[in-house]
Amino acid sequence: MTIIYLMTAIAEPRKELAQRSPRQIAWMRLKRNKVSMVAAGVALFFVLIAFLAPLVTKIFNVDNTTVYPNVLGDGGVPKGFGGGISWHHPFGLEPGVGRDLFGLLIYGSRISFSIAILTSIAFVAIGLFLGISAAFIGGLLDNTLGRLADFLLAFPTTFMYVALAYPLSLRVEAMGLAHHNGARIIVMVSVLVVFSWPGFFRVVRSQVLSIREKEFILAARTQGASNMRIIFKEILPNLWPLAIVYLSISLPGYLAAEAVFSFLGVGVQAPGSTWGLVLNDATNFWQRDPAYLAIPAGMVIIVVLALNLFGDGLRDALDSKSDR
Amino acid sequence: MATPILKVSGLKKYFLSSGGFTGRNKQVIKAVDGVDFEIYPGETVGLVGESGCGKTTVGRTILKLYDPTEGSIFFEGQDIAHASKVEIFSIRSKMQMIFQDPYASLNPRHTVGEIIGAPFQIHTKLSKDEIKNEVQSLLTKVGLNPEHINRFPHEFSGGQRQRIGIARALALRPKLIVADEPVSALDVSIQAQVVNLLDDLQDEYGLAYLFVAHDLSVVQHISDRVIVMYLGKVMEIAKTESLFKEPRHPYTKALLSAVPIPDPKLERSRERITLVGDLPTPANPPSGCVFNTRCWKAKDICRTTAPELLTVGSSTVACHFPE
Repeated sequence: MTIIYLMTAIAEPRKELAQRSPRQIAWMRLKRNKVSMVAAGVALFFVLIAFLAPLVTKIFNVDNTTVYPNVLGDGGVPKGFGGGISWHHPFGLEPGVGRDLFGLLIYGSRISFSIAILTSIAFVAIGLFLGISAAFIGGLLDNTLGRLADFLLAFPTTFMYVALAYPLSLRVEAMGLAHHNGARIIVMVSVLVVFSWPGFFRVVRSQVLSIREKEFILAARTQGASNMRIIFKEILPNLWPLAIVYLSISLPGYLAAEAVFSFLGVGVQAPGSTWGLVLNDATNFWQRDPAYLAIPAGMVIIVVLALNLFGDGLRDALDSKSDR
Repeated sequence: MATPILKVSGLKKYFLSSGGFTGRNKQVIKAVDGVDFEIYPGETVGLVGESGCGKTTVGRTILKLYDPTEGSIFFEGQDIAHASKVEIFSIRSKMQMIFQDPYASLNPRHTVGEIIGAPFQIHTKLSKDEIKNEVQSLLTKVGLNPEHINRFPHEFSGGQRQRIGIARALALRPKLIVADEPVSALDVSIQAQVVNLLDDLQDEYGLAYLFVAHDLSVVQHISDRVIVMYLGKVMEIAKTESLFKEPRHPYTKALLSAVPIPDPKLERSRERITLVGDLPTPANPPSGCVFNTRCWKAKDICRTTAPELLTVGSSTVACHFPE
């Protein structure tokens, strides 16, 4: 018995020891983290639904424009349990106008996700570019960008956006770039990006400063590597984990920010629909139709929580300290 | 003797400290303060001295990783201290470096193939397959498995990583390798392997080494000649044998007396020189001979006049009262 056991043990190829890149190791660690895998599944589910909104709504035979006034009762509140939940309207109806809530939320999530993803990618890209430039070129550029970052960080983003949203939207419309909600989305993304790159910029700058002094950079220099080669081949690969973690951790924040701004009435406006906008409308009906408030609020909570948990897991998995 | 492959004369490298918030306390750190020596083809020159004496700075300045403040560096007859970037680039392949910390000197995100292949990418126009062949033959040369070309540094031990670093330095067939404490981060058993590997490669390629170290027994084993540095200056240059047998400079004597002898009887009976005080700061070195503050033979002249490097017997010594 023992001999057979030993023989199989020897015959077994040593799979676990075979070539594993840092990326594969991170993926292994992430896979082991059950909570973040579930969170990733949930987040992916919502993102997919948002991207495939036309398909999904077709399958459920609903949309976000048709009104069903005959289902509404007294004071515009839908008839039936939970705000008119039925086979045809799985989440019930919107009180007042009478659109299907499922369709509204799905199409609304498209706008919310687009804003969050655009903002995250833009600020990470800007932070990477400026952070590397500042750390590498140094001197006046470093000082200027550093003080600019301090200056921008001193502003409270929310209040700045509330104050700037209206005049800037008018400016964007006057320039003819976009209209109505399009202009407001452009302004929202721009303002969020302008006020959020400094944080990431600082982290990137300090990281580059520390990587730059490592011996492998010195080795690249003794080989005659150009600055561009050092930045793109030696430094940037060491920054990707940082960028990915920042991206995934900031995503839910911007998702929530969009909801807050739309809720406050300075973001996307009716007849467009986002989660924040629906929540805003729901406050008018919360006593007569609590499901109208509970369903979108629950969705925001689930998605934001899932993205946060996933981001945390990703950070643990990519933690450079355990790279060795 | 043949013409030296490297001739350094009057080499100085000063660093400016930033001087705090107001910038008023700016200090000049004299890391290397007038160093002269030569390295001949195929020779190993040991560079020893305590921490902070400027050994590493000398190595890095020779490779033009730092711009020298003063002095000249002749590599194969060409002054590279004041050469243009293009000229420097062309000699990069002839001078290479092996680093101290094998954990920091390999980019953790690159495979072994990418690390050793980088010099070929920078300096040659070889195709990917040709580079792969070169890398694999180099891996064999340094005693690693050529099949490990796609592995990452974290999959190797310290000694294996140092071998990867050596393969990278060897890639373009350099003539001079500056080895900056190449074994001090390794276990003693691995140190011997790496030192022997360096020895074998020297025989095979006719390499010249500048072997920077603080471990005197390793230096004794590998070097043909030894340079002793103290506070940015050369104290003594001598053939390894004569330096270890009859050190001329008091500092060299003190250094050698600190090397343990693996014989308890001899160890107990010998006289040990313990230097008093700390290494003075290179921002404000003592006047005259820099060693005068800790030297037991110091007289007035040592505090006023800096000694020249003079030949005494078979050694070159910078001391007013050599042995």
